[in-house]
Amino acid sequence: MTELFMGLWSSYGFPLLIILFKIMALVLPLIICVAYLTYFERKVIGYMQLRLGPNTVGPFGLFQPFADAIKLMHKEIILPTAASSFIFIMAPILTFTLSLVAWAVIPVGAGLVISNVNVGVLYLFAISSLGVYGIIMAGWASNSKYAFLGALRSAAQMISYEVSIGVVIACVLLCVGSLNLTDVVMAQKKIWFVIPLMPMFVVFIISILAETNRAPFDLPEAEAELVAGYNVEYSSMTFALFFLGEYANMILMSALTTILFLGGWLPPFQCSFFSMIPGVVWFAAKVAFVLFIFLWVRATFPRYRYDQLMRLGWKVFLPLTLLWLVITATVIKLTGWTASMSTGVLS
Amino acid sequence: MKTKFEKFMRAFYLAELLRGMLLTLKYFFKKKVTLNYPFEKGFISPRFRGEHALRRYANGEERCIACKLCEAVCPAQAITIESEPREDGSRRTTRYDIDMIKCIYCGYCQEACPVDAIVLGPNFEFATETREELLYTKEKLLDNGDRWEDALAANIQKDAPYR
Amino acid sequence: MTFQIPIALITFYAFASILIASAVMVISAKNPVHSVLYLILSFFNAAGIFILLGAELISMTLIIVYVGAVAVLFLFVVMMVDFKAPGEGLSGSLKIVAGLIGSVLICETTFLFCTWQSSPFAKEGLTNPMPEGRTNAHSLGDILYTDYFLLFQVSGLILLVAIIGAITLTLRDRTRSRTQVISEQVGRDPKETVVMVKVKSGQGVSHD
Repeated sequence: MTELFMGLWSSYGFPLLIILFKIMALVLPLIICVAYLTYFERKVIGYMQLRLGPNTVGPFGLFQPFADAIKLMHKEIILPTAASSFIFIMAPILTFTLSLVAWAVIPVGAGLVISNVNVGVLYLFAISSLGVYGIIMAGWASNSKYAFLGALRSAAQMISYEVSIGVVIACVLLCVGSLNLTDVVMAQKKIWFVIPLMPMFVVFIISILAETNRAPFDLPEAEAELVAGYNVEYSSMTFALFFLGEYANMILMSALTTILFLGGWLPPFQCSFFSMIPGVVWFAAKVAFVLFIFLWVRATFPRYRYDQLMRLGWKVFLPLTLLWLVITATVIKLTGWTASMSTGVLS
Repeated sequence: MKTKFEKFMRAFYLAELLRGMLLTLKYFFKKKVTLNYPFEKGFISPRFRGEHALRRYANGEERCIACKLCEAVCPAQAITIESEPREDGSRRTTRYDIDMIKCIYCGYCQEACPVDAIVLGPNFEFATETREELLYTKEKLLDNGDRWEDALAANIQKDAPYR
Repeated sequence: MTFQIPIALITFYAFASILIASAVMVISAKNPVHSVLYLILSFFNAAGIFILLGAELISMTLIIVYVGAVAVLFLFVVMMVDFKAPGEGLSGSLKIVAGLIGSVLICETTFLFCTWQSSPFAKEGLTNPMPEGRTNAHSLGDILYTDYFLLFQVSGLILLVAIIGAITLTLRDRTRSRTQVISEQVGRDPKETVVMVKVKSGQGVSHD
């Protein structure tokens, strides 16, 4: 009996434990990052508006996220009478889970990835396209006009911008020649893709702003028109899950930008001083920079009008990205250059 | 006159948007204007009309002579005064109530007072947890006067040249 | 003594049973929105089975295309349409028509299923190990863009025709509406549009 147990332990239990440990090692810092992103956002936007931002709870207001979390946990979860309760509860759980699940394929450093799958880019794309469901379900299950309108807007917006994101990713993949995220990073050893693919980088940044429903594309939660959009009826932890999901998605999209365009964990120059700093630090610094752009844009621009948002997505970004895709493909075909060939990472 | 091409390039490179972002970035490093309220407070003019107080003379005698001018002038009818002669024959109030919920802080009572008895002091932090606490009595007002006398006297003196 | 847990088998049966159960729920759920959600669940499990087969590219494409785009459109339409309250259902004569159509479809699929046989190369393909260093994307790309290039392009053209048809059907005459020309607005320059004039008092300005 003990033999059977030992056999089970060594062949299944222990590997399982290691996987669980890996997941915890990724998810715990991530959740702390999400908590501090809310603090960071309030600080940055405050500073840009000549305010100080949160500065009372703890030194420099550093305990503010915890105070917010405790406050939210102590509130009541309100279930509207007319709501479809199962879907109503599932929606925030789905949103939050999806925003964490996507991290399984993100390489935060050389070899530091939970699952180095061959279709990492597609996996991320699939997960991010699922994000719509949390919002649609929330809007529909709430049985409220505001929530429903917010959900419809959000869904239409996310689908529209996913198209241009997809084409931009295809541009990068053309230069890499692999769907594996680690290969994508290694292909940027010589030059980060932000330089040869500059217009695509800009399109990508704007598209991920729309994809994560952030300002200036935060129409789903346009306070003036829709109160709070799809999460009007939510309170307490159900609201908090939406909130955390949104911020985790922001970090995820920043990480994706870092991997696709800013060279992932690679230092900007290959010299001994830069190489001494571990890759994870470079990765975190780049993600923080992209997140700062998120907040910077929010502090700068007013909200788009809805028809203009759709026009930008379908009539400007889609033709532009398609054109650039054709140009990239032509250049690669004519010069025979791909990053993977130049570094030989691809097996 | 810019050519169409120039205009297109400006739009394509998002020149206007980048200028806007540079502006916010400049403000990011500017000096902040926030007053850290409970720890820092803004400047208050000597004419500031805050919480009411009934003042006394230096010898401890209360100033109010129950002329009821303040009661008459009060537009919100927040003041209630009852008076009786004291043992020594002087007119004094037996009751001087201000309903701070009705009061609109116009300062007419202060203007009307011939002896500078009722004044609106510099204190603005007198929020209470119950409604009853805002129905000020004579004792409360006199107590306020004793508590804030230095500040009140200084403010009246500062404002005197302009009256 | 070693005891192997057949993980692949367990996951396969889990995926398969949830797939079938949710597929049944798609047609039996009263609320159409619930049916679409069950449909999404069944897509997911199908994607899981593809992953077990080692076809991760197809499984991801299934999720991106069907769950991420097609099912969202389904959900949109279904949410927008005002359905009758559950219980009313179809009238008697319609029920008979629906039943006839359903039974014809069942017959057809049964015939198809009976004559269906797996390709003689399938067994060989199953037993062969997956070639090292050759990803799904490469194999599929070879088949789609090299072996069956023409068919692929033609199917793309058919879709293009469908798109053009849909657009021409819905395109309305917009001559009367004054649409916003954003490039014109963005291209405006204060120097060209605003004239600063210093007006002397009592004289005014003549506009030319």
